[in-house]
Parts: sequence; C-alpha cells; structure tokens
Amino acid sequence: MLHETSSLAVSIFAAFVLSVIGLSFYLGRKKQSAQAYYAAHGQIHWFVNGIAFAGDYLSAASFLGICGMIAFSGYDGFLYSIGFLAGWVVALFVIAEPIKALGKFTFADALDSKFNSRGIKLAVAISTLVVSIFYLIPQMVGAGSLIQPLLGLPHAAGVILVGVAVTLIVVTAGMVSTTWVQFIKGSLLVFFCGVLTVLILDRGLAVNAGSTEPANLAPQVRTVQRDGTVLIDGKPQSRDHDLRPVGTILRLPERFAGQTATGPLRPLEYLAALEDSTIVTWTATKHTDDAGTHTTYAPVERQGTDLLKPGGYFKGLTNGSLAGRLDFASLMLALFCGTASLPHILIRYYTVKDAAAARKSTVVGIAAIGVFYVLTLYLGLGAMTSGALDPTDTNMAAPLLAKTFSTTLFAIISAIAFTTVLGTVSGLIMAGSGAVAHDLVENVCGVRMTDHEKVRCGKIAAVGLGIIAMALGIIFRNFNVSFLVGWAFNIAASANLPALVMLLFWPRTTKQGIVAAVTVGMLASLGWILLSADTFEKVYGLSREAAPMPFSQPGLVTIPLGFLVLVVVSLLTPPPAAAPRRNLG
Amino acid sequence: MAPVEQGSPTPPPPEAEGRSRFGFALFWVYVLLYGGFMVLVLVRPDLLSLRPFGGVNLAIAYGMGLIAAAFVLAVIYMLARARR
Repeated sequence: MLHETSSLAVSIFAAFVLSVIGLSFYLGRKKQSAQAYYAAHGQIHWFVNGIAFAGDYLSAASFLGICGMIAFSGYDGFLYSIGFLAGWVVALFVIAEPIKALGKFTFADALDSKFNSRGIKLAVAISTLVVSIFYLIPQMVGAGSLIQPLLGLPHAAGVILVGVAVTLIVVTAGMVSTTWVQFIKGSLLVFFCGVLTVLILDRGLAVNAGSTEPANLAPQVRTVQRDGTVLIDGKPQSRDHDLRPVGTILRLPERFAGQTATGPLRPLEYLAALEDSTIVTWTATKHTDDAGTHTTYAPVERQGTDLLKPGGYFKGLTNGSLAGRLDFASLMLALFCGTASLPHILIRYYTVKDAAAARKSTVVGIAAIGVFYVLTLYLGLGAMTSGALDPTDTNMAAPLLAKTFSTTLFAIISAIAFTTVLGTVSGLIMAGSGAVAHDLVENVCGVRMTDHEKVRCGKIAAVGLGIIAMALGIIFRNFNVSFLVGWAFNIAASANLPALVMLLFWPRTTKQGIVAAVTVGMLASLGWILLSADTFEKVYGLSREAAPMPFSQPGLVTIPLGFLVLVVVSLLTPPPAAAPRRNLG
Repeated sequence: MAPVEQGSPTPPPPEAEGRSRFGFALFWVYVLLYGGFMVLVLVRPDLLSLRPFGGVNLAIAYGMGLIAAAFVLAVIYMLARARR
C-alpha cells in the first residue's frame, strides 16, 4: 500500500533526534575516564537503569514485529512476548549478581574473572561481536524499511540517519548518554502504548461500516511486474487505486446482537468479547509467472476463539508435525536462556553501584517490559480489528492502528517506532565497542593504554562499528531479516549461557572448558542456522526440503551441547589451581 | 604482548558466594510454570481453549499469568534479599 507521509511525524522525530544528540553532547562535555565511558561510573540510579533495561531490550522487532504478528496471526505473537519476558527471570535469579560482582566493563571480564586467560577473552569477545551484529542487522534494516512509509525518505537515508545518530550518542558520552537515551525511549514507548491501549478499550469492538459488503471481502491481487511496476487487480497502483485496508470484525458476540459496536470495554471484557466475535483476517499466497510476481490476498472468516490460541503462526503446533513442535520448543528455550546471555543487556549491570541496585533495577525492568508486552497484546488485537491494516506489511500494524485514532497519534507512534531503533542500536554498539577496545585490544593483544587512551580506543571502535552497521543495513535491505533476532537469542544462549552458568556453579570448570563451550556453542548454533529450512527458504531462496537440519531453531540441541562440551573438556584438562572451596548459601 | 595465561586465581568477592538458595527456589518455581505452559501448548493444546474464569481463555490467562508471576517472584526476591 502507498502511505501518506506525515510532516508532523518528520518534525517529531527530528526534534527527538536533535534533543537526544544535544543531551549526549551535554553529558559528554567533560573529560571522561574509562570507568565513565564503559560503565557510566557505576552511578546510574537503579530506577533509571531499570527503565533503560526496557529501552535497551525492547527493539523494533518487539514493538512492530510482535504487534504485526498478533494483528495477522493472533495469539502466536504473544508467545514471543512470554518467552522474551521469561528470560528476565534467569537474568535476575541466576546471572545478575555474579555478573555484577565478577566483572568490570564487559561480559568477558566476568567469564574470565577466575582464570585471567587470553583464550577466554578472545572467544567471548568474538561471541559478543557475533551476537551483537546478528542483533544489529535487523535493527538497521528495520530502520531503513520503516523510514519509507513513515517519513517518506529512501531506505539508505533511514539507515544512515540511525547510524550517524547512534554513533554520535555513543561517542559523546559512552554508557552515560546511551543510558539516558534508552531511559527516554523506554518511558515514551511504554507510555504511548498505554495511551493507545486506553483508546482501544474506550472504542471497544465495532463492525466497521461497509466492512461486511461483498465488495470489501473480495480477494485482492498485487502484481510486481518484471520492470518493477506494481499493479493492483491488474491496473497500475496509485493513490486512487490501491489495496483496500483489511482486518475487520464480521459479527459481534451474541449479547451485542443488533448492535454495530460494543462501546467501551474493560480489559478482560475486551478479550472475552473478541473471543466470541467473528473476525476477517487475510492470507497471502504468492506465485510467479512470465508477467511477474503475483500475491493474492484473500479473506478468511475466523472465530475469535481460534485466533486467541497458539498455532496461527507456528503452524507446526496444529498440524501435528514433530519438527514443527520441536522448532517451537527450541525457540521458547532459546528465548528463555537467551536474554541473560545478551552482551548488550549484561553490560547494563555495570552501570549501577551494587548488587542491591542491580536487583532493584531488574525488577523495574521486568515491570516495564511486562506491562509493555501486555499492552502489545491489546495493540495487536486492536490493529487486527481496526480495518486499517496494510496486507503487504505486517510491521505497519501499530502505526496504522494509531492512525485510526488521529494523525497526531500516528505521527507520534511513527516517531517512537523510529527512536526505538536508536535506543537498542546504541546499546549494541556500546557492547561491541567494549568487546573490541577493552577485550580485544587491551586484554587479548595486551596493548597497554592510559585511561584516556582506553576511552579513545573505545570511541574509535564505536565509530568503526557504526560504519559497519550502516553498511550491513544497506547490504541486507532486501532480505527478510525479522527472524535474525531469534537467531541472536539462539547464538547468545548456546555460546554464552553454558559457560556462564557452569563457571558460577561447578568448581571443576576449567578455562579450556569455557573456551571450548563458547566456541562450539557459537559455531554449532551458527552452522545449524545457516543449514536450516528457514534460512534456505528466506535467505538463499532455495526449497525448504533441501535443508539438512530437521528444524530451524538450534537452541534445543546446541544449548545442551554447550554444557556437554564444557563438562567433557573440563574433565579432560587439569583442574583449576586450587581455588578455596566454595561455601554456598 | 604480555603473557597473562597463568594468573593466580583471585578469591571471588563475597557477593558471588552469597548467591541465595532462595533465588534458586524462585527460579525453579518459574521454570515449572513456564515448562507447564510449554507442555500444555505442545501436548494438550485443546485445554488452552477452555475458559475456566468465564470470559478469557486459558491461553491468554496463562500467558498473562506468566508475565505477572515473573514480576511477583522478582519483587519477593528483592524484598527478601533487602531484609537480610
């Protein structure tokens, strides 16, 4: 669909970007120590850090991707929310305090605290970079593909804008400015999702006028011809001849018989009423011939009860295939284990002053993120029944929903969607900068630096990573990259979690065991992903059947593999020099 | 290039020693809740359509419950650790 761009959205976004860059320069006006650049002096207030956790963690994939998945497939988007939030339990109860106590600036510091081994630092720094880059690509590509419909600029402009803004934020005041940008973004995101949810509940459910007319329920065909021109139902696409927006209620529950709207509903009433409604969702089927690629969008009448249970997106859950169910189990395991292994999340434990502050800020983070995910469910369902969805672009569900309330809200949500990218990318660049400058240059290569040089080295690394991020965002523009976030969780969980957990809880762990577990976990999960059906289909454009791996998400196999490798290698190597016996409890 | 392979192990700070068993207990409580949800989805998805509380089905109620449980357990843990 062609979208009108809003100059208000451009202004709000420009104002936001300029003010956060201004704030970063203000925070960075004094000379900084390495402790300030990498860990914000360890002096961030726990509440600010908690909201910054949300700003760091809630990526564009969380906001736009989950809303879109719920709007088009129903419940299954919420499964991601459940898994993403559950990971924080691991972070709080298992990882937070040891990470805080053992490390200084980076995840490698913590893993290496007992051994002082260059091998560990090298392996962990590489896994940090791999995970961060896999996480970075979808953010950057997302920025590019959002800027087109939202702000009316070309893809590369979006990528470069985000890249430059983020590099400036990181280079001016490192972790200090990154934290504040994430705090602002996290607050805005949760607040405005709350506003939208209140509006959705106030509107209640309604059968949109005309939505049940046969003309509006006819299939629509979008053809991309060989020369790139787009036809809608055989005629060239224009503002006056475009796909009809979709997603409506066909019938309200019995108790509203004869009415076209329910009026305001309470939160649980809304869900219950939706379950008893009949809803029209749209499916897409693609075929290619000499004329070009045709996508047919066809309406499907569905009961609310079916849309609000698992299986709409993860088809394997309902068609009884074992591989499909293993894939689902594997993803849920990776989400559970992955959060507490993501380097850009872990470094946020170094910005608070002690373990108590680390705990408190995690609780604030869980509250903000949990509330956000509940709100996202309403946003997705509100979009599903808003009659405003673009069938070609699931990511536009939330902004288009906002548009049904007011163009101002559309502008605000569009600008927030874009700033979402800034917060997460600055965290990723910060994590990468620490891995390159602190782990690789200083600790692995043994370059001795003064405090001032350490900061400069980190900033140079950040600029380098910013440029790489921009390049990747442009190179991968035509790939469907939303599932890369799932990959990043799988790789993080497989490479980092076994080493981290065993180091903390098994005194027999050796440095060779850690190096082997990180390396094998990373390579095995990466290799599995590259040979999986999803990658064959979506990245290489080959048939799913040609892929050698039985299911796409590696975590179910590669996380246990990481533990196994660590145990075997540790037992085959000499025990660590007699550390004092741990006295647990 | 400084050879740093065989540094002497430094004794871990007391915080790392004080990992609370209580935190683990809460962790396993959540694993059971999360695992229970996964088992339902994988083995008895039909149960998720039940509407035991009148309006909202079990799929939604359990999902929201998992989000709420994470928060409640986190608060319990924070308060318990603060008291010691």
